[in-house]
Amino acid sequence: MPQALEIIKKQIGEDEWDEPYYVNMGPQHPATHGVLRLFLELDGEYITHCDPIIGYLHRGIEKLGETFTYSQNIVLTDRLDYIASAANNVGYCLAVEKLMGLEVPRRAQILRVIVCEMARIASHLLWLATHALDIGAMTVFLYCFRDREWLLNIYEEICGARLTHTYPCIGGVRLDFTPHIIEELYKFTEEFPNRIPEYETLIDVNRIWLKRTKGVGVISGEKAVNLGLTGPSLRGSGVRYDLRKTVPYLIYDELDFEMAVEYEGDVYARYRVRMKEMRESNKIIRQCLDKLAECEGEPVIAENAPGLFMPFDKPKRPQAAPHPKKVYLIKGVEVPVVPEGDVYVATEVPKGELGFYLVSDGAGHPWRMRIRAPSFVHISAIPDLCKGQMVADIIAVIGSIDIVLGECDR
Amino acid sequence: MDVQGAYNAANHFLLKYLGISLFKALIVVVIALLHVAYITYVERKVIGRMQQRLGPNRVGPRGLLQPIADVLKLITKEDIIPSSVDSRWVFIIAPFISLVAGATSLAVLPIWEHFVVTNVNASLLVVLAMSSLSSFGVILAGWASNSRYSFLGGLRAGAQVVSYEIAMALSLVGVMMLAGSMNLVEIVKAQIASPFKIYAIPQIIGFFVFMIAAIAETNRTPFDLPEAETELVAGYFVEYSGIRFALFYLAEYFGMVVMSMLAVVCFLGGWYGPFDIPGIPMFWFLLKLYFLIFFYIWVRATLPRYRYDQLMGLGWKVLIPLSLLNIVITGFIKILV
Repeated sequence: MPQALEIIKKQIGEDEWDEPYYVNMGPQHPATHGVLRLFLELDGEYITHCDPIIGYLHRGIEKLGETFTYSQNIVLTDRLDYIASAANNVGYCLAVEKLMGLEVPRRAQILRVIVCEMARIASHLLWLATHALDIGAMTVFLYCFRDREWLLNIYEEICGARLTHTYPCIGGVRLDFTPHIIEELYKFTEEFPNRIPEYETLIDVNRIWLKRTKGVGVISGEKAVNLGLTGPSLRGSGVRYDLRKTVPYLIYDELDFEMAVEYEGDVYARYRVRMKEMRESNKIIRQCLDKLAECEGEPVIAENAPGLFMPFDKPKRPQAAPHPKKVYLIKGVEVPVVPEGDVYVATEVPKGELGFYLVSDGAGHPWRMRIRAPSFVHISAIPDLCKGQMVADIIAVIGSIDIVLGECDR
Repeated sequence: MDVQGAYNAANHFLLKYLGISLFKALIVVVIALLHVAYITYVERKVIGRMQQRLGPNRVGPRGLLQPIADVLKLITKEDIIPSSVDSRWVFIIAPFISLVAGATSLAVLPIWEHFVVTNVNASLLVVLAMSSLSSFGVILAGWASNSRYSFLGGLRAGAQVVSYEIAMALSLVGVMMLAGSMNLVEIVKAQIASPFKIYAIPQIIGFFVFMIAAIAETNRTPFDLPEAETELVAGYFVEYSGIRFALFYLAEYFGMVVMSMLAVVCFLGGWYGPFDIPGIPMFWFLLKLYFLIFFYIWVRATLPRYRYDQLMGLGWKVLIPLSLLNIVITGFIKILV
């Protein structure tokens, strides 16, 4: 990490007039999407070296996860990628359910897919908004927020929260959809495909936009795999890898949707992938809504699901004794014992592949919770992506790989 | 008594007691300041409409007092001069250079045949000179702030203004050739002979180049690189606060007004319109001016920002050759007609 000492060393060793121009971009900077700090070494406007410095949003979520019960940990996952928290919740719940061997009712699975895809659209809308704003197109920002607002209102009706949903719980989902929500979602899926061309007219046919995005931040498919990129950033380089298709979870194998892939590997390709994904997500929501009608009235939570997520009675803390085999989460209700073992479950969240690795020692809380966050991996690709580019390009590159620092720093 | 008569009487009176130029200058500055204040309001309102939001609506009816509230806020704010500034005095005078250079052009721009503060012979050159001077304020501010972002902003402003200044001056050469004068009043009068009483039709290439160069000259989107807020945070005025920041803001809008006025005078026929409006001789002038200012705002709401090298490429590889071509074509027209 090039800290002050290293800069001084460099400056001492070199002729005064040849010293490179150092710029600390961030942690407070309008275009670093949170508190990312980039240490740039500039040659005029060109970047000769770039070091991302992270950790400004570290809250110790992984360690905290060891002190909460499995159910309580869901609220922590909200704070990872706070733009699409439903997707994180689902990923975590899937991991715990796999650990416990829980069977999730079909209706709950469909509801989970719906909230996941809503999260994908909401996340991509926010991404498009900020990405366009970074490049200077101001109006797209507000258009996107208008539609994101609609989704957030639906979320609010579903679970009462707009940003940190905590909608899924272990063994299913918290609440069923009301008819009004389904009606509203139908309306949204009907209207949303018409909204996407609105953004595209503003930016996609704009010569300045094309000039700013085409051929910028190019990364080959092979290099993208080596760097560990996932999600739209990987698919923009022509690698066909989407966990919803390659390792289907929930009911994704029953759904008809395409994997969005582009081959150029530049900022524009990643933009196209996300635009296509929004359309596909819209299609998925639509199909799921139709499937919901088939299983009307079925339970949305498994019968043997562990303690309620927000119990009325004061829950007893699980004992951190060496080998507690029985755990009481709620007074009088015996919860299933979490078997010993470890599990890794990866899901396709809007940013990429989000993995949860849980190690259980039989207690009501994980012995270790490790999160494989896509943003963390993607940040490591920034130096490669923006070497030799201009200062303005670094903004486009950061925008195009779509990072969220809450997830990166955990 | 008609307008001319009233004007003459007032003129006589003022000449005797006040000195007409001072009076005119005062009127122009007051009107321009009001305009600038309300352009910020109009800009926020119009962009608000374009972006499906409301814009300012809290202060006064429909937010009409918002500019005044803004000015009061900026005046009463603490004026911070960072301890690490490179040169305290340069830091202090930089915004004034920008503002004064921007506002001085108003002295030679004719709003009406009989309303120009000082009618100098080469007034077009004065406007061009002043608009390049105003970039000195930007460059000096970027340098004196002694901040990384300001410095980059200042550098960008320097390069940008130099390259677009050439394109703009060359695009006006065609107008000078057609009018045979560099006096702005003469240029407007000469336009009566051309179709629709405007030069924008014979000088369509020149007009196109001028409008793009004018946007670049005033550092507006899509050429707002010196103050690109998502790249350089705020560029050259990142260290400025309070009223000094407001002066830069004012200078930018003054620049916008001056450039629009120059476009109206040189390409859109000044105060001449399809028919005369009795009593308001500058009606057409103001109408054209407001349209051009609306155009600036419209562009800002629509376009993304250019990259530094693309901006230079556009200036040197497209606009300058185009304006040179325009000069050649104008020369041929001048010979043939």
